[in-house]
Amino acid sequence: MKFIDEFRDSELAQGLARAIRREARTDRRYHFMEFCGGHTHAISRYGVSDLLPDNVRMIHGPGCPVCVLPIGRVDQAIRLALEAGVTLCTYGDSLRVPASGGLSLLKARARGGDIRMVYSSADVVALAQSNPDKQVVFFAIGFETTTPPTAVAIKQAATLGLSNFSVLCCHVLTPSAIASILESPEVRRWGTMPLDGFIGPAHVSTIIGSRPYEFFAEEYRKPVVIAGFEPLDVMQAIRMLIRQVNERRAEVENEFSRAVDRDGNPKAQRLVAEVFELRKQFEWRGLNVLPYSALRIHSHLAKFDAEKRFSLVYRPVPDHKACACGAILRGVKRPQDCKLFGTVCTPENPIGSCMVSPEGACAAHYTYGRYKDV
Amino acid sequence: MSEVRKGYVQPLDIRHGQVDIAHGSGGRAMAQLIEELFARHLGNEYLAQGDDGALLPAPGAGRLVLATDSHVVSPLFFPGGDIGCLAVHGTINDVAVMGACPLWLSASFILEEGFKLADLALIVQSMAAAAKAAGVPVVTGDTKVVERGKGDGVFITTTGVGVVAAGMDLSGRSARPGDSILVSGTLGDHGMAIMAVRESLGFASPIVSDTAALHGLIAAMRASGAEIHVLRDPTRGGLATTLNEIARQSGVGMMLQERALPVNPAVAAACEFLGLDPLYVANEGKLVAICSERDANTLLSAMRAHPLGKQAAIIGSVHADPHHFVQMTTGFGGRRIVDWLSGDQLPRIC
Repeated sequence: MKFIDEFRDSELAQGLARAIRREARTDRRYHFMEFCGGHTHAISRYGVSDLLPDNVRMIHGPGCPVCVLPIGRVDQAIRLALEAGVTLCTYGDSLRVPASGGLSLLKARARGGDIRMVYSSADVVALAQSNPDKQVVFFAIGFETTTPPTAVAIKQAATLGLSNFSVLCCHVLTPSAIASILESPEVRRWGTMPLDGFIGPAHVSTIIGSRPYEFFAEEYRKPVVIAGFEPLDVMQAIRMLIRQVNERRAEVENEFSRAVDRDGNPKAQRLVAEVFELRKQFEWRGLNVLPYSALRIHSHLAKFDAEKRFSLVYRPVPDHKACACGAILRGVKRPQDCKLFGTVCTPENPIGSCMVSPEGACAAHYTYGRYKDV
Repeated sequence: MSEVRKGYVQPLDIRHGQVDIAHGSGGRAMAQLIEELFARHLGNEYLAQGDDGALLPAPGAGRLVLATDSHVVSPLFFPGGDIGCLAVHGTINDVAVMGACPLWLSASFILEEGFKLADLALIVQSMAAAAKAAGVPVVTGDTKVVERGKGDGVFITTTGVGVVAAGMDLSGRSARPGDSILVSGTLGDHGMAIMAVRESLGFASPIVSDTAALHGLIAAMRASGAEIHVLRDPTRGGLATTLNEIARQSGVGMMLQERALPVNPAVAAACEFLGLDPLYVANEGKLVAICSERDANTLLSAMRAHPLGKQAAIIGSVHADPHHFVQMTTGFGGRRIVDWLSGDQLPRIC
């Protein structure tokens, strides 16, 4: 496949692996966090860690859209479907995220909720148009990549004058999550979690550009290399991070220059600013309540805000006591460190959200890498 | 099955008519539907007996294989086939991968009130053509009608009978360390063809289902003399699920080579686009064979010489592993597990 196979070439990978081995100093260890679930998936799916020397460790970050979705938000969506009787639409993996009372959206569907998987926010607008007697709600989740399409859908609905379309907005912001990791006591105060740099997001950065990461590089002295989601991208980024660490640099570098520049996509940014505003605070699974870390629908478009239309109240719900998703999302623990991993919590019966999506650290390790644990 | 006197009723309006509740109530309307639609297209000497069951000659030596499969597919018509031929191929394949020569099929229809007779006729014709091409007649059947809203147009259950010749012993329990693993062609064509239509994904070159009856290919493979231990058709859940089933049944592990897996470029592109893995996408005209290593090339040549096995490939090997892991050397040069499918494959978000 053109433009895909080139980035999965095993000979180039071997060459890069040799370069990494050559450049990584043997007298120290390197700890890099790949922020995005897309990177986590690529590392596990292609066996990237098999090509890295032992002293280069990858830490899985919180950048998996369904992993950071707190139980309380899924509960809201389930209540909309089961109690308010709306047609609830969402993207694939959100359907499996465990919620309160042993439910998930998939299980709520079996209980009679009209819950549908969509590929695109535009499908939801079309569904609302063709079902004028049904209230149709889009359960919108994801980082900056999925936010502009939601903005487009809301603008379309406004233009069409749809009175039966609304959005339960759970869009979150990448820089807040990175800041929360860097500010966590394990990294900042106690230093129990060594962290030498980040592989920066691929798709998110096509929207927000590389500029937002400059603050982290400067303020926290952590190198950031933005990388694409293909395995060669990841390896090249690791090599660039090792070079920065060796040369005591902390800069934002862009490996994904075929898609990302410093400014990102200004048209998408304008659209998002027009349709959304910052929430004062938002609960993330694993990262707790973070200030100004998520978006809600702008007041002038409030009629499309499902939280207002259906007078939804947010009730936070704690995670399962033994579930280590929180620590795993912060990079403090590895999936195999969790007592529930692979025993009580499996992809068939996920207890925590990290076991749900193939981008989640636990699901990726369980599905692709657990042979290493035995 | 019953017969209705000619000229006693108006002929069925196949072009504009619809299935109604009376077509399933056991009366004259049902007899007419059977005669003018099912018997007309599927007709053969056994079906023509018209009794409650088909009276069949007892097969000679060997053991009987009985397999059944219910077919529910949406959409009913898709590039490369429809539910009719799928119902014939699916059950023939289940019989054939047991090493049996398929002899007869039964077909049971659950029809939804309001279903267009024109569509039903197309489906039955397609079944008839598939059964004829395969040389496996539908010898008995049943029809039920459910109220509108309680079905999805049509569900078809087919059951197949076949005979295994003496000396044939295929089972999912028979894979042994050292054996070679082969597939008969490209992976994921059927599932991706369905998904592309269902989700209105307009790809430039349409992806066509691989639905086909495999007993001819299997006969050619057996004729090669290769020592085959396991045959399976990797339908729902794809190749990955089938191999995990075999690994568990046989108590072995497997190692695949990602580079050796045949995947049609259009399917690979569609999977890439949706964030799916062709290893988990359904096939309806492919088989996986596990044979002794020394016979692998003989078997491969036999498969490639058959029209349904042109793209056959040796994709890996069986080894001892107490954990029964199916693993793969990735095209990238790393290693990973090829796990059981968990739930449905759902597209990734980011």
